[in-house]
Amino acid sequence: MGSKTPLYDKHVEAGARIVDFGGWDMPLHYGSQKEEHHAVRTNAGLFDVSHMTIVDLKGERVRDFLRYLVANDVAKLQDAGKALYTCMLNENGGVIDDLIIYFMTESWFRLVVNAATRDKDLAWIRKQAEAFDVAVNERAELAMIAVQGPNARELAAPCIDSEWRQQALDLKLFTGMEAGDLFVARTGYTGEDGWEILMPAARAPSIWDRLVAGGVAPAGLGARDTLRLEAAMNLYGADMDETISPLEAGLAWTVAWEPADRDFIGRKPLEVMRANPDKRRFAGLLLEDKGVLRNHQRVVVDGVGEGEITSGGFSPTIGRSIALARLPAGDYDSAHVDVRGKLLNVRIVKTPFVRNGQVRIEL
Amino acid sequence: MSELPGDLLYTKDHEWLRREDDGTVSIGVTDHAQAALGDLVYVELPEVGQDVTEGGDMAVVESVKAASDVYSPIDGIVAAVNDVLADDPETINTEPYDAGWIVKIKPSGDIDESALLTPDQYQALLDEEG
Repeated sequence: MGSKTPLYDKHVEAGARIVDFGGWDMPLHYGSQKEEHHAVRTNAGLFDVSHMTIVDLKGERVRDFLRYLVANDVAKLQDAGKALYTCMLNENGGVIDDLIIYFMTESWFRLVVNAATRDKDLAWIRKQAEAFDVAVNERAELAMIAVQGPNARELAAPCIDSEWRQQALDLKLFTGMEAGDLFVARTGYTGEDGWEILMPAARAPSIWDRLVAGGVAPAGLGARDTLRLEAAMNLYGADMDETISPLEAGLAWTVAWEPADRDFIGRKPLEVMRANPDKRRFAGLLLEDKGVLRNHQRVVVDGVGEGEITSGGFSPTIGRSIALARLPAGDYDSAHVDVRGKLLNVRIVKTPFVRNGQVRIEL
Repeated sequence: MSELPGDLLYTKDHEWLRREDDGTVSIGVTDHAQAALGDLVYVELPEVGQDVTEGGDMAVVESVKAASDVYSPIDGIVAAVNDVLADDPETINTEPYDAGWIVKIKPSGDIDESALLTPDQYQALLDEEG
């Protein structure tokens, strides 16, 4: 038996197939993963993401601390509520975790890190925080629901007290705000518009019920994974880990090189990698043949070398298999993938595969 | 959970077998198996005429979640494959015991039914696995 979120009973009630995810008993799907996927792309779905770890950092020097702790630069966060996606690196430039940082006030920033990496993340953050006199406070008492899809915000708006509702609907992309005892952010992990809503655990079941009654479809971790794969959003532990730098995982855009004198953990090894010609590229693959691409399958590029699929699966929106892969450097636009001994044809494509309900690659 | 068809034999690997009038044996995966797999998106079928051996790989069913081998419960030759699955793998989800059959095998000898499970025995296995 794993840990249970405040919404566990709701999942069971809704007929969820429960699976272990990083020590948590979580819903994989509620009957059909594909239908849940389509609900998010065409209307609205809701995900229990209460297993994710919310950490509040407080202190006079919290901004300086974060400018040292992570590879992106929180100096970019100047408006209250603004969010930043970043990697937290070890001293070798490998990724300890990827996370979102919200700028609450000048002495309070909020982090949302992965569930499976909770223990090592907290230990690392606490260790680094000492020198900056920053208090690290896990908010395990908060639940989190993601409502995602083209109609998600409109359908979820009644859950926000009228006092803050319009302001919440007016939130810009990648920005959050406090709304009474809720924290609402226009963020997500699906490639669709929507909100992630943090709330006291006791309120989660009633908000869940209200969303479902309003026509938002419960969606499980299975749909969450196919949605994020179509959106080409990285998954920690699959697309990158402590042995992989953000430069090898398609996340160079999250590394803030300027100002050049900002010292962040992992900067030096990253500078060396940046100065050397890229050995590996990170790209999207579209399967031209029938079949399904899966994690760890071997990619063969004729005359160039070999790579590996880091995240592969079936795309319900496209109706074909897609993948993210780490590939040898070079100029080529097709390759083969070894699927149970057969070499299947794949095309290298520019990601994302799907965004805001639209297929973004050529089929 | 739906009732198990009483005219079939089953395996510990959640496959079912039906003896057809023409002497072949139809094989598919059980309702329990399709539910555990989730929405099927691809089925890799063997070639007609191919030899299969008891316990050997025969087909692969792939769901949104994962790929899963289907083992042959008997020795024989592939007499037919269900081509419907190439375009509509979800037939296994909707009709696992009927239209969702995967292959028909022409057995190379007598079938050792003692190595297979009766509906009651398979039900007991499901109850045990909970």
